[in-house]
Order: sequence, then structure tokens, then C-alpha cells
Amino acid sequence: MSRSFTLRTVGRLGGLIRRFVAEFGQAAMLLWRAASYTRRIPRDRRLLLDQMAHIGADSLPLVFVIGFFTGMVSAWQAAYQFKGLIPYSLLGAAVSRAIFLELGPVLTAIVIAGRVGASIAAEIGTMRVTEQIDALESLAISPARYLALPRIVAAVIMMPLLVIFANAIALGGAYIVSNLFLDISSKMFFESVQRFFQVKDIVIGLVKALFFGGATAFIGVHVGMNASGGAEGVGNATIRSFVLSSAMILVLDVMLWKIFF
Amino acid sequence: MIEIRNLHKSFGEQEVLRGIDLRINDGDTVAIIGQSGCGKSVLLKHIIGLMQPDSGEVIVDGVNMSTAKPRVIEKIRQELGFLFQGSALFDSMTVLENVTLGLREHGLRDEKELARITKEKLALVGLHGIEERMPSNLSGGMKKRVALARALATNPKYMFYDEPTTGLDPITSDQIDGLIEGLTAKLRATSVIVTHDMFTVERIAKRMVFLHEGKVHFDGPPAELNASRNPIISLFLERYRSPLTLAR
Ligand SMILES: Nc1ncnc2c1ncn2[C@@H]1O[C@H](COP(=O)(O)OP(=O)(O)OP(=O)(O)O)[C@@H](O)[C@H]1O
Ligand SMILES: [Mg+2]
Repeated sequence: MSRSFTLRTVGRLGGLIRRFVAEFGQAAMLLWRAASYTRRIPRDRRLLLDQMAHIGADSLPLVFVIGFFTGMVSAWQAAYQFKGLIPYSLLGAAVSRAIFLELGPVLTAIVIAGRVGASIAAEIGTMRVTEQIDALESLAISPARYLALPRIVAAVIMMPLLVIFANAIALGGAYIVSNLFLDISSKMFFESVQRFFQVKDIVIGLVKALFFGGATAFIGVHVGMNASGGAEGVGNATIRSFVLSSAMILVLDVMLWKIFF
Repeated sequence: MIEIRNLHKSFGEQEVLRGIDLRINDGDTVAIIGQSGCGKSVLLKHIIGLMQPDSGEVIVDGVNMSTAKPRVIEKIRQELGFLFQGSALFDSMTVLENVTLGLREHGLRDEKELARITKEKLALVGLHGIEERMPSNLSGGMKKRVALARALATNPKYMFYDEPTTGLDPITSDQIDGLIEGLTAKLRATSVIVTHDMFTVERIAKRMVFLHEGKVHFDGPPAELNASRNPIISLFLERYRSPLTLAR
């Protein structure tokens, strides 16, 4: 009994590992193929511009809301933690650096994983289960070039821009809270922001955003390409893409932290 | 030339193809028949490299469709046209964009010329003035014909039709049969037609391939198939013969 249980467990684990390795290999292959077409980007710029509009411009309202509330909450949070320990004259610096380094990039990326990553997975998943990907291949059009590459590149370009936007809005939100509710004057807030400001913070935040964007789009494409089983399969792909890319964003965040500091 | 050697394919436990051997010469017009679910569509998808065999090989013009480099396979595919059983139109594109995508992506950018080709190919399949429509507001039969126009757009050397007349009315079916016949005669295109339509078979097939239990059960001219005393073949043809003879 227990022996067969152990064997079964080992067998199942083996299957799991095999599936993981197989999927990882597939994903690597997709990335490699997409990368091999980078020289065609200028010729395919229409595809890229369409995706940039979809991923970037269409996400602005959502990023605005997220940025604004994040900024407001982080000001209150900082004030609560500072109380009796650290003078409020440092609040602007603490909040802005947290936004630039962590909150802006990570929260924006996770929201985009929900909006853009999931929509990529749904779109490509639908194309997969309705044989449209097969149809592309039958026309000698590489899905890696036609579908994957424009989405990944567009996300890599647009995510840092969205993060810059989110940073500005969040800083505004933090300022409004500080000024209206915490009795911190504009001068005190912005002087503190400026005094501890480091270009490096912003740059690191943006480099992270670039990785987050690429990972989100890539996972969306990969998961979509491997969808199967009709409408339900597409639904599952959408969820899977969101879960995987949010996890990936947090893992990358930790890894990049180790690299930068 | 297309050569299929000892092709095996399973999905999980289910063995679909169990050693297919088939050779299709240039200029052949082959009809593939067999029970629903016997693997006809799966076989076609292996030929153009959309599915990978478990074992065995598919060679098209000397290129192994499962081991060659993607770019080599793409070159071969530029010579192929494939009509999907379910049409597989791009649902985010208009009819015109569907028909011309292959041409556009391989370098033809002249909009006038693209519009002319679309018009011409749509006329071939009996459609007019629907260039700007979206696939979602076409009927099933219209979708099938747009898909056929798309497959024909690049004037391919090999044409694969997965049930070209299923779901079409008799008049349109006749027209499609005539089209396939004409293409084969004029362009010396090689045609592989999966069909359940015995009118199509009678009219255009020079060669019949009957799949049964994952193997080629019969391969020869239609007359020979008709005359066959093989019980499986007889049983299969029985269903098709009755409406045919009734009609006469
Ligand atoms: N992608 C797939 N995954 C799993 N099973 C599949 C897949 N494609 C086909 N099959 C199975 O393979 C078998 C053969 O399918 P195929 O579509 O080739 O049949 P067919 O001969 O074309 O039938 P029909 O005449 O109804 O179109 C079926 O049992 C089908 O369930
Ligand atoms: Mg079929």
C-alpha cells in the first residue's frame, strides 16, 4: 500500500517535472523564434504600432486611477509609520522613493498583467482553438513574428512609459493627501522629494518595468498559444496568464533587487 | 511530390494514424475518404506540418516537414494552399484582409492590385461585393468560400481541401467542384480533397484513398473502388450510393 503510494507520488512528480520541462522548452523556443525576427520590426511597424496603442494608450485611464490611489495611500501609510519617530519633513522623500522604485513599477505591471496580459492570452487562445494560428502557418506566416514579437516589443516599450505616467500621478496623489490631510506644506513636501531624489531610483524602476512588460506579454502569448479545448480553454488560459505573470513580476522584482543592490 | 512514410499519430491513448504510407505525385487529384473521426483532417495537417508525427515522416518536395528549419518549411508553405474544415477565417479582419494577408506578408503592397486579386478570387467562388464585411456576419457557406478564396490567393502549387462542399447548396457545390477541376487542369495544381461528397469524387478525383483504422485501406482509381468487393468498402459506399442511384 504505502509502497505503491510512494511510487505513485514519485511517478506523478516525475510527470509534473516532465511537463514543466517540456513547457519551459516550448516557451524558450517561442522566445528564440520571435527574437530571430527582430530585424523585420521596421517592416512590420504597423503590427507594432497597433499593439503599442492597445497596450499603452488604452491603459492610461486604468493606470491613472491606480497611480492616484497608490500615491494617496502611501502618503497616509508613511505618515502613520512616521508618527512620533521621524519628522514629516522627510515624508515626501520616503514616499516618492518608494513610488519610483517599487510601487509605481510593480503595481502598474500587475494591473497591466490583468488588463493586457489576460487580453493577449484570450485573443491568441481564441485564435488557437479556432485554428486561426494554423491558418497563419498555412499561409507561411510565422506566428512568432506576426503575433508574439509585436506584442512583446510593444509591452517592453510601453511599460516604462506607463510607469513614468503612474509615478507622476502617484506623486500627485501623495502630495494632495500630505497637503490636505497631513498639514505638510507644498514647499516642505517637494523640498524633501528633491533633496533625496536620485536619478538612479527612477532608472531602476524603469528597467524593472521593461522586464515586467516583456514578461507579461510573453507569458500571455505563450499561454494563449497553448490553449486548447474551446471557450473554456480560452477562459483558463486567461486566468493562467494573469496568475503566472503576476507571480513572475514579483519573482523578477526580487531578482532584479539582488542585481541592482 | 509528397511522400508520407509510416506515419503514426496518437492523442493520449487514442491511436489515430497507425502507419500511413502514401505518395502523391505532382498533378495528381486525390480524394481522401473515410469515416468521420478516422483521421483525415489530422493527416492533412501533418502534410503541411501543422502537426508533428509521433513517428514516420512527411516529405514535401524533398523537405521533411517535421525536422526542417522553420524558414525552409515556410518556403514550402508558400507553395501550399489549405482550406480548413472549419474555415478558420481571421475574425478580426475583413474579407479583403483575410484573402490578401498571405500576399501582403510576402511582399505585395499595391492596394489596387490586392483589391483586384480579391475580387477575382471571390468571383471564382461565386461571391461579389463582400470585401469589407467581417467574417462574423457571413453565413457558414460564405465563410467556407472566403476561406477557399484565401487559400487560392497565392496560386499555390499544392491545394488541400478539407471538405470543400460540406454545408454548401448543390449549385454552389457544383461550382466549387468545377473550380477545383479547372484549377487542376489549367494550373496543373496538385489537389488533395478530403470529402464526403460523392458528386465531388465522381467528377474530379482521379485517385481514391480510403482510410480505415488509421491505415490506407484502399488506394486506386474510383472505378476500382466502386467495383471493390471488400466488405468494409462496400459498407462505406452503400450509404453514398443510395442517394446517387435514387437521383438517377
Ligand atoms: N488536436 C487534437 N487533440 C486531440 N485529439 C484530436 C486532435 N485532433 C484530432 N483529434 C482526434 O483525432 C481523431 C481524428 O480526427 P480528424 O479531425 O482527423 O477526423 P476526420 O477524419 O477529419 O473526421 P471528419 O470527417 O468528421 O472531419 C478524432 O477522434 C479526434 O478526436
Ligand atoms: Mg475532418
